[in-house]
Amino acid sequence: MLRFLKVGLMVLSGILVMGCASTTDHEGAPVEDRPIADNAGGASTSGASGDGVHGQNLGTDPLKDPANILSRRSVFFAFDSYVVEDEYRGLVEAHAQYLAANPTARMTLQGHTDERGTHEYNLALGQRRADAVKRLMVLLGAQDSQIETISFGKERPRNIESNEIAWAENRRVDVLYLGE
Amino acid sequence: MRRLKKIHCFYRFLKSNIFIFLLSGALLYPLTVQAQLTIDIIGGSGAALPVSVVPFGNEATYPLSVSTVIGNDLKRSGRFRLIDETGIVPRPYLPEEVNTSIFRARGADAVVIGNMRPMPNNTIEVRFALIDTVRQETLANMAFTVTSPQLRATAHRIADIVYEKLTGEPGVFSTRIAYITQQGKQYMLLVADADGDNPQTIVTSADPLISPRFSPDGTRIAYVSFESQKPVVYVQSLMNGSRKAIANFRGSNSAPAWSPDGTQLIVTLSREGGSQLFIMPADGSNAAQRLMTSPGAIDTEAAFMPDGQSILFTSDRGGSPQIYRFWIMDRRTERVTFEGSHNVSPRPLPDGKGMVFVRRDNGRFQIAAMDFQTRQTMALTQGPMDESPSVAPNGRYILYSSTSGGRSILSAVSVDGTIRQRIGALTEQVREPAWGPIL
Repeated sequence: MLRFLKVGLMVLSGILVMGCASTTDHEGAPVEDRPIADNAGGASTSGASGDGVHGQNLGTDPLKDPANILSRRSVFFAFDSYVVEDEYRGLVEAHAQYLAANPTARMTLQGHTDERGTHEYNLALGQRRADAVKRLMVLLGAQDSQIETISFGKERPRNIESNEIAWAENRRVDVLYLGE
Repeated sequence: MRRLKKIHCFYRFLKSNIFIFLLSGALLYPLTVQAQLTIDIIGGSGAALPVSVVPFGNEATYPLSVSTVIGNDLKRSGRFRLIDETGIVPRPYLPEEVNTSIFRARGADAVVIGNMRPMPNNTIEVRFALIDTVRQETLANMAFTVTSPQLRATAHRIADIVYEKLTGEPGVFSTRIAYITQQGKQYMLLVADADGDNPQTIVTSADPLISPRFSPDGTRIAYVSFESQKPVVYVQSLMNGSRKAIANFRGSNSAPAWSPDGTQLIVTLSREGGSQLFIMPADGSNAAQRLMTSPGAIDTEAAFMPDGQSILFTSDRGGSPQIYRFWIMDRRTERVTFEGSHNVSPRPLPDGKGMVFVRRDNGRFQIAAMDFQTRQTMALTQGPMDESPSVAPNGRYILYSSTSGGRSILSAVSVDGTIRQRIGALTEQVREPAWGPIL
């Protein structure tokens, strides 16, 4: 009975969601586009402008070349873990060396968590993951000032499903160079 | 008072049957398609105080049925049961017109009556009275002179007075709530009346928004926006919509908490490594100062105690996330939670005698309440993914969000766990509710 009811409600809410999408479509609310002129000192806007590409005479951006390890941009983590596992060592090392070789390059490490737990505590957990990757990169030759670590917590999952596979995809640190 | 105690006993009896109420609540789920929140009682209403709300004199000539709004407020609070007054003639509009024995015969312990009439300058006089039919006493007799757009607010005020006279606690029908919605990749921060009416979008973004918190005077709201591809704390005026990035330091900026006087904010910053608590002026006029030192640990989710002397916060300094209390003047820290391996999101009760928080129990995230004196904790919800508790300013209800099947909705539970409300919004994800102050 309960099962039947649940299914019924799911179907019902599905219909209602669909019904509503059309009623709200007309709004087409524009994304707020207020300038963030009142930065209180964010370092994210300082440093090199441009795309951070230096001395590349092969016509290929190593950061975007699928054959180059630098195009790999995610480090994944085990549940409740901040340990950068061995399989990501090469990736982290390559990016650290790139930063060392390109002192004007700037990078953001974005920490992410799975959906379990609260918004704010997950934000801190994602931060800890990003910090762990940064520590390793600095150890491997990058400058502290080249890397900003931030967290999205559970707010930007790569896979929105609620299962072990999705959660594993979401526990990650994404590597972004300035301007990307 | 004795009546209320009896009701309390009955609530306890009902708790054992709470599942049945949840089930019937599911059937009550509104069938209309609308963007606005709708609130349904899904438990406890059967044992409520019987009150009759008589349509106000001349009500039909105005655009809003004041008595309907009052009745809905009282009913949804879970503490009142509406007694039908149809057929009682003549309808009483003034206190002296109430025949208490007729209402008592119908089972009503109290009667709300009123009258409306036009006044100069396009204003309306709304008179109302609350009669105790058992003691045959007039508990309130008031007049409001308002404009037509103020009728709904007037109805909420009257419901607040009725609630306070009959329960001894302030009503929260005139308060506002804030919440976040997500529809696809569009995130919005909305502010609405406590009954879900009059929703107003105050921020729209293509990136996540989290952690809305009303200032103690209700004129501003602090929140975290990811619109610059990192978490930044903003404070926005609810009067004119202007806003300021109050914490936008290198790294992550999150978890704003207002001091009770509204002048300070505690925020979580990662600018000095890890996640640490900092205090700063709420107008951003001065630098953020580190509140305490705990190298390597996560400190976050600060919340001021009502007296402003201490804060509650979440820290994993002891190896697992637990709730601690920090006294700002003498810089003393005390651990508050010891049961279980995961206790987060502390929110003090307005009387300072306890808190609600989120605990993980066998993988289920539940809202729980703790009494500081006895250290007793009680689960208020079952989970599995309940979070973001926000306490009503009268300390009676807790708004929270629950997620299941990838969908999040708002719910409310009374602080003793007896009254449950499901707050429906069928169109989108709704989460992170914040209850505003009594103004």
